Amino acid sequence: MSETHPVLARTEPRAVRVALVLAALAFLGCFLVVPLAAVFFEALAQGWRVYLASLREPEAWAAIRLTLTATLAAVLLNTSFGLAAAWVLGKFEFPGRRLLATLIDIPFAVSPVVAGLMFMLLFGAQGWLGPWLIDRDIRIAFALPGIILATTFVTFPFVARELAPVFQAQGGEQEEAARMLGASGWQTFWRVSLPGAKWGLAYGVILCTARAMGEFGAVSVVSGHIRGVTNTLPLHIEALYNEYQFSAAFACASLLSLSALATIGLKAWVGRRKSERPTAPGSAR
Amino acid sequence: MARKLPGFRLSLGLTMVWLGLLVLLPLAALVLKAASATPAQIWAVLCNPRVLAALRLSLLASLAAASVNLVFGTLLAWVLVRYRLPGGGLLDALVDLPFALPTAVAGIALTKIYMPDGWLGRFLPFKVAFTPVGVFVALVFIGLPFVVRTVQPVLLELPPEEEEAAACLGASRAMTLFRVVLPHLRPALCTGFALALARGMGEYGSVIFISANLPFHTEIPPLLIIARLEQYDYLGATVIACILLVISFILLFALQGLQRGSLKGAGHV
Repeated sequence: MSETHPVLARTEPRAVRVALVLAALAFLGCFLVVPLAAVFFEALAQGWRVYLASLREPEAWAAIRLTLTATLAAVLLNTSFGLAAAWVLGKFEFPGRRLLATLIDIPFAVSPVVAGLMFMLLFGAQGWLGPWLIDRDIRIAFALPGIILATTFVTFPFVARELAPVFQAQGGEQEEAARMLGASGWQTFWRVSLPGAKWGLAYGVILCTARAMGEFGAVSVVSGHIRGVTNTLPLHIEALYNEYQFSAAFACASLLSLSALATIGLKAWVGRRKSERPTAPGSAR
Repeated sequence: MARKLPGFRLSLGLTMVWLGLLVLLPLAALVLKAASATPAQIWAVLCNPRVLAALRLSLLASLAAASVNLVFGTLLAWVLVRYRLPGGGLLDALVDLPFALPTAVAGIALTKIYMPDGWLGRFLPFKVAFTPVGVFVALVFIGLPFVVRTVQPVLLELPPEEEEAAACLGASRAMTLFRVVLPHLRPALCTGFALALARGMGEYGSVIFISANLPFHTEIPPLLIIARLEQYDYLGATVIACILLVISFILLFALQGLQRGSLKGAGHV
């Protein structure tokens, strides 16, 4: 019988370890690193001048502006919703709490294209509210409000999901102490509960922002693809790619890739602040 | 614990209003539209060979991709948690890339490298882009973080005593892994698998570029929904959407059951 050392008992022989690490790296390489490298390589394939020119195009600028506007609106809407939902889910026990949590998760189970379709059924020309809206000359489908609604739907649960467990873990003692000392409800919320949950909130907002900026399927259905008007950056990339303007498509894609890299860097940093563990339960998406 | 915190009514009210307007109302619009279809109309969509082919492709490709992610996701989680690699933090952050990278960007990048003359496509003996294999590749990318991120926290909290006890009692390392470690991971593995599968069934942006959307061959259900919408066939689009929705909800509820099971399991450790 070989002697079992407590540390050795929890690991594998060196050869096995090396093989496992290499397999994991090869998998990450083929599916993550090479595609990411390809984006930047293709973007710069025809030189810096072409790269910068394709980013300076008015249609690209319009797409960038639209993407930022829709993202900002969706993040603001979902942060205000997320704060309310996380408060009620995290701080109170009530009948139907579990059902409420499940209902909030619905957007994660819905295909983005189906989400877009739902808003077309509500606001499209043939939708339930379509004729009423047309009479009053209010444009939702194929316009900014529709894009914002679709983006908000798709990113709906992020903030609530990240924040609720943090509020729950806080318990209620500190808030009760603040109340006894004479703080008002709002003071308790802003001065006691929220500062303690700020990294959870930041985490949710980061995830929400990243998903909102890249949303494609839902926005594709409601936007109407009007170039320079209702094309978000991902839709602009699709249009360029389908016209075989590969360098321009990858140039715009490189912008979104840079923002994705910034996102995962920020997420890792906030995740470390939020808890000692590098990964948080927010993974369950 | 006595709950005397303020704001229950306000926050519940706000939550219900947002939820009702943004999620339940659109969902109701879809269900009502589907309810206006006659059984014959629904049956016609269900029997449409193009719809059936798309559903079959989506289901098979999602299953295959989720299975690959189950194996490699567990492997990645293991390597990240147990082996202290130089640059391990970087690798760990990189796992989140599919969550953060817009699906359209992932789609065109994967198409470029898996084309027959692409960086990786040229080394492969079979065609990947513009075939069902391409759909599978895109879904592997999209589903990659799910299993890693559900398994990782469980591995981190695994008590070391059990593995040591197994080793002391003479179990081989492989036996310890399969009989002691794996049972702890099972609920997390199920959750990660179901999440990756559900995401794969509804995925659109990353798939449409690499699949080339050939009818009966590489067409996915979300694409058929969009095609019908473009022909103003709202009813047909709605029926396909409802089929997708029912599949997703079955997965979501199965997932909830599994999560509850895993919580109970954790209580016994």
